[in-house]
Amino acid sequence: MAEFSLPANSKISSAGKRYPAPAGAKNTRAFKIYRWNPDDGANPRYDTYELDLDSTGPMVLDALIKIKSEVDSTLTFRRSCREGICGSCSMNIDGTNTLACTMAIEDIKGEVRITPLPHMEVVKDLVPDFKHFYAQYASIKPWLQTVTPAPSGEERIQSVEDRAKIDGLYECILCACCSTACPSYWWNSDKFLGPAILLQAYRWLADSRDEMTGERLDALEDPFRLYRCHTIMNCANVCPKGLNPAKAIAEIKIMMVERAG
Amino acid sequence: MGAGTELGRVRGLGAAKDGVHHWWLQRVTAVGNLILMLWFVLSLVRLPSLDYASVVLWLRQPVAAVPMLLLIVSVFWHLRLGVQVLIEDYVHGAPRVLAMLALNFYALAGAAAAVFAVLKIALGAA
Repeated sequence: MAEFSLPANSKISSAGKRYPAPAGAKNTRAFKIYRWNPDDGANPRYDTYELDLDSTGPMVLDALIKIKSEVDSTLTFRRSCREGICGSCSMNIDGTNTLACTMAIEDIKGEVRITPLPHMEVVKDLVPDFKHFYAQYASIKPWLQTVTPAPSGEERIQSVEDRAKIDGLYECILCACCSTACPSYWWNSDKFLGPAILLQAYRWLADSRDEMTGERLDALEDPFRLYRCHTIMNCANVCPKGLNPAKAIAEIKIMMVERAG
Repeated sequence: MGAGTELGRVRGLGAAKDGVHHWWLQRVTAVGNLILMLWFVLSLVRLPSLDYASVVLWLRQPVAAVPMLLLIVSVFWHLRLGVQVLIEDYVHGAPRVLAMLALNFYALAGAAAAVFAVLKIALGAA
């Protein structure tokens, strides 16, 4: 059965610490952050860090970096580009999966609650385990496949119209905000590929240069891999890049019907 | 079975090469339900009275009995397909097999009983 309550060792304890704002700070904000360390054997907890916003950058990631460098160096999270292009700092902020680097602190009212992406195994603090997600990505063979030998010494030609068909698809940065916002992915991620991977799958189905469309559809035609999507659109709601995985999945379903006749 | 690596687990038993038929039939029966339910409600509204005698009299006509049979088949088929999706979403392992068994029996038995009832009225002696 789908599990609707957390196992005992995952329940959040009330033992969280509080780090007060520096004396004299006028414009303060509390950041309530999920903490879990695999090495101390304790249940997860929320630590609350009060920051002086006048000396903090505008984004949630700025606050996290400030906490790590000035308040508590044990806080663990992923980050890299700090401009919404690498997808490393995806996490649940104020109840919504998004990128910490593109989420402005001033857009959140009150205490800023930050947890790891939902329903992923946690490695430490805000770092979830992406092994399975990446294996699912590898399983759809996310590269150009052709039967025709590659043209020698020149590129594969694609018309402007055909190139436009992968707009809204190629921009995906695989941050997993969408997949981990999807209840179907929560309950059946062992087999359901989830919105991110299915959008990536459609990216290759929609590419005029790819010649393995039939084989790609074969690998997706499955009650669980594809058809767990019930179009509830959480994916499109949360995508920090403004993409619409639900639409890509609908396009795959149309291709399936088209070839079934 | 390739369960030793993450990619092996994801590839698992492979794709079932199935699902598009189920998905399409769910839409077909949904449209069927919409049209036939509309017909059903409109027909009942247009009856002079809703007592047993007038409904039986109405259902005895082929123009009422045939769409009624279609409605029963469409509704039970749609129910069977829809509840299957629910079960697949939330019930895993052996309980899923039992739930699917119960669903199939319920849908078939329910449809059979309803079809029999309509046929009894439509084909029975006046």
